[in-house]
Amino acid sequence: MFRTLRRLWQLLFLAIFVWLVIVTTASLVGGFPVEWFFAVDPLVAVVTALSRHALPLMLLWAVPMVVLTLVFGRFFCGWICPFGTLHQAVGWIGKLRRARDRIALNRPRRLYDLKYFILVAMLVAAALGSAQVGLLDPIATSWRAFATVLVPAADNLTGGVYHGQRHFHASTLIAALFIAALALNLWIPRLYCRMLCPAGALFGLLAKFSLFRLERDVSRCTDCNVCGADCQGAAEPQGELRATECLLCLNCVGACKKGGMKYRFMASPELTVDRLDLGRRRTLTALAAGVAFVPLARASDGVGPRANPKRIRPPGALGEEDFLELCLKCGACMQACPTGGLQPALGEAGFEGLWTPVLMPRLGWCEQGCVLCTQVCPTGALKKLTIAEKLGQPPAREPVRIGSAFVDRGRCLPWAVDTSCIVCEEVCPTAPKAVYFKLETVVTRDGGSRTLKRPFVELTRCTGCGVCESQCPVADEAAIRVTSVGETRSQRNRVLVGRGV
Amino acid sequence: MTQERPDIVVPPREYTRREVMTRVATTAGVAAATVALGGWLASRKPRVAAAGVRIRDHRVARSPGDVDLAIARGPDPTENVRRAIKALGGIERFVRPGERVVVKPNAGWNRLPDQAANTSPEVVAEIVRQCVGAGARAVWVTDVSINNAERCFERSGLAAAAAAGGGKLVLPDARGFRPVVLDGKLLQEAEVLWPFVDADKVINVPAIKQHGLTGASMSMKNWYGVLGGHRVRLHQSIEQAIADLAGMMRPTLTVLDGTRVLMANGPSGGSLDDVKRGDTVIAGIDEVAIDSAGAALLGRSVADLPFLAAGEAAGLGRTDYRSLKLVEVGG
Repeated sequence: MFRTLRRLWQLLFLAIFVWLVIVTTASLVGGFPVEWFFAVDPLVAVVTALSRHALPLMLLWAVPMVVLTLVFGRFFCGWICPFGTLHQAVGWIGKLRRARDRIALNRPRRLYDLKYFILVAMLVAAALGSAQVGLLDPIATSWRAFATVLVPAADNLTGGVYHGQRHFHASTLIAALFIAALALNLWIPRLYCRMLCPAGALFGLLAKFSLFRLERDVSRCTDCNVCGADCQGAAEPQGELRATECLLCLNCVGACKKGGMKYRFMASPELTVDRLDLGRRRTLTALAAGVAFVPLARASDGVGPRANPKRIRPPGALGEEDFLELCLKCGACMQACPTGGLQPALGEAGFEGLWTPVLMPRLGWCEQGCVLCTQVCPTGALKKLTIAEKLGQPPAREPVRIGSAFVDRGRCLPWAVDTSCIVCEEVCPTAPKAVYFKLETVVTRDGGSRTLKRPFVELTRCTGCGVCESQCPVADEAAIRVTSVGETRSQRNRVLVGRGV
Repeated sequence: MTQERPDIVVPPREYTRREVMTRVATTAGVAAATVALGGWLASRKPRVAAAGVRIRDHRVARSPGDVDLAIARGPDPTENVRRAIKALGGIERFVRPGERVVVKPNAGWNRLPDQAANTSPEVVAEIVRQCVGAGARAVWVTDVSINNAERCFERSGLAAAAAAGGGKLVLPDARGFRPVVLDGKLLQEAEVLWPFVDADKVINVPAIKQHGLTGASMSMKNWYGVLGGHRVRLHQSIEQAIADLAGMMRPTLTVLDGTRVLMANGPSGGSLDDVKRGDTVIAGIDEVAIDSAGAALLGRSVADLPFLAAGEAAGLGRTDYRSLKLVEVGG
């Protein structure tokens, strides 16, 4: 009974999760609290607070989640987490037939402490400047996979999700890692949750204080150990139940034919433990790893003095150092982008910037009257903007620039091929247009003359939206291209002096 | 693994009332702390990047009768510096005991003193010595060089000059720049090396050089050398940039080194054929006037150097330096 209830509940939240991912696609965002799943994952609030020393109201959802976990234990992992639900489902597929083998497989292992060290190292690294915890956070990980692989794949099959197909840069890698994480369950059930999940580790630390726990009724127990056969957290209900590892899946309650497992207030201290013996040396090593991460990562040139020309960040993006402190690489902004231009970076943003959002104008541009990406960012790595702010309408002095366009005269049709075109000028959204043309009369190959409209860019008007690059008829590499120079968020990555570019 | 069921089951120990209260209180305490922390974090504004500071005006008050400009001529640069500063009223007019002074030579290039691409080491050494003698707590000698700074300071003799005078060489570090706000026509913000933000007194010790873009590099142009960031952009509007920077940095004292003058292929130079002996030191407070006087050493007039007019238009000083209280010694 409990198991059915839990499964229905898990399916409900998985459905809510998928629905929120889907409604985040541009045409559907409209007042839905699409960041809700990030809000109930306290790890997101912790990372944001470490960086900003403040929390947006939405992330205060973390407070009731923490308080409820303190009282009841890790209900999030067993009942809400969509990644956990998927793990559990795959684990069910790979379930061993004999209960005795499953009992052995679900014994606690020292290896499961790893998640606590991951949590410590990643939170220290986040506090010191790099939010790599998004690589493993279950909500960020699932959102990234759904937004850039699973939903696009579903659309590919059905044609029913987007208006037009979406493609995401190197998302095969995201898919492969996501599938690999799920495939771990075929070996050991919920291995990711037990061993790697930093959110699980955070909930585990909180569950040390839990007042309600599962307890074995020794007067009914026959020591058959079957309660441990399907224990999702490897919490050892057949012995002293480990409160930090128990996911409240309640499989033990259903498994015990004698009705010997009870969830009760103040379970006996002889039948439950909240000890978490990580070891001082190991914990300090994890701490040191976190401290070392940022200096080690910044020894490479990712956040160096020169910006990568292809690191075109969405509007509202904070300065690169602040951005990396907050961006969980969840892909919500990419899912929201109506043109599909926002893409998970592979090498464009350096090692630390893996899967952070960059605009790839050949795949889609930054729509002028749109600020959806800034509205869905759960941590504020993209500052919320209004359209008026983005356009630079008063009281704002300047529009938000994300880069600058430059004409490649060696590929441009009017420049290189004596052929008229000027699509870039036509689609340029600024008024007056940043892309303009000059009439130039040229001598053609056969000695005749021809007057052509040749494009130029007035950089002080260009916002780097990339619609020109997106629409350029030179189909592979465009003849007008945007690079990140001139971006508002950087004082250094600029071209023109004193003119905001 | 299977065990026989014991005949007698000892009921497990229950928590005592005291233990229950302690556990509930602990959990409630952690929960209350979470709520309080959440409320506090929600009430705060997100951390924002540090706003730029303003660099203060480092000029000292002028008493009636004070000399504004001193021009010293002679073969010994050290002696020229002594006579020029003495004519202005001595270093005590500018530096008080306990102050931190930054001395800014032009140390832009990996060149030897005779190549005249940098300020003469004798001039810098004497100024540092005088500041130390006046009781300055710290005398920093620094410049944001264009070539590798370590080599620039070594080969120019300026590292040795700083040490000889008793000052401290500060090599520019990419992390040593601070955001600064200014009221320039072109520039409203800049990244400035820390000694120029922290110092109590600022002494500008430029060289005189021909410069391809601006015509000449002297006192006003020397402030380009306090900047970090993407400063090469300033060349797009160099006259206004020079005037804006001269408005940002108002030095206590300027000592323009005309010992050797780089007449061509500036500001980097390299050939001794382009160097002319000037045997002159021009010291004063008004950088526009000093540069106007220095132009003659390059064989240029005020009209040849548009940044002088831009500086005058910005109210930074006078191009007609002869209308100031002027003392000429030696020669």
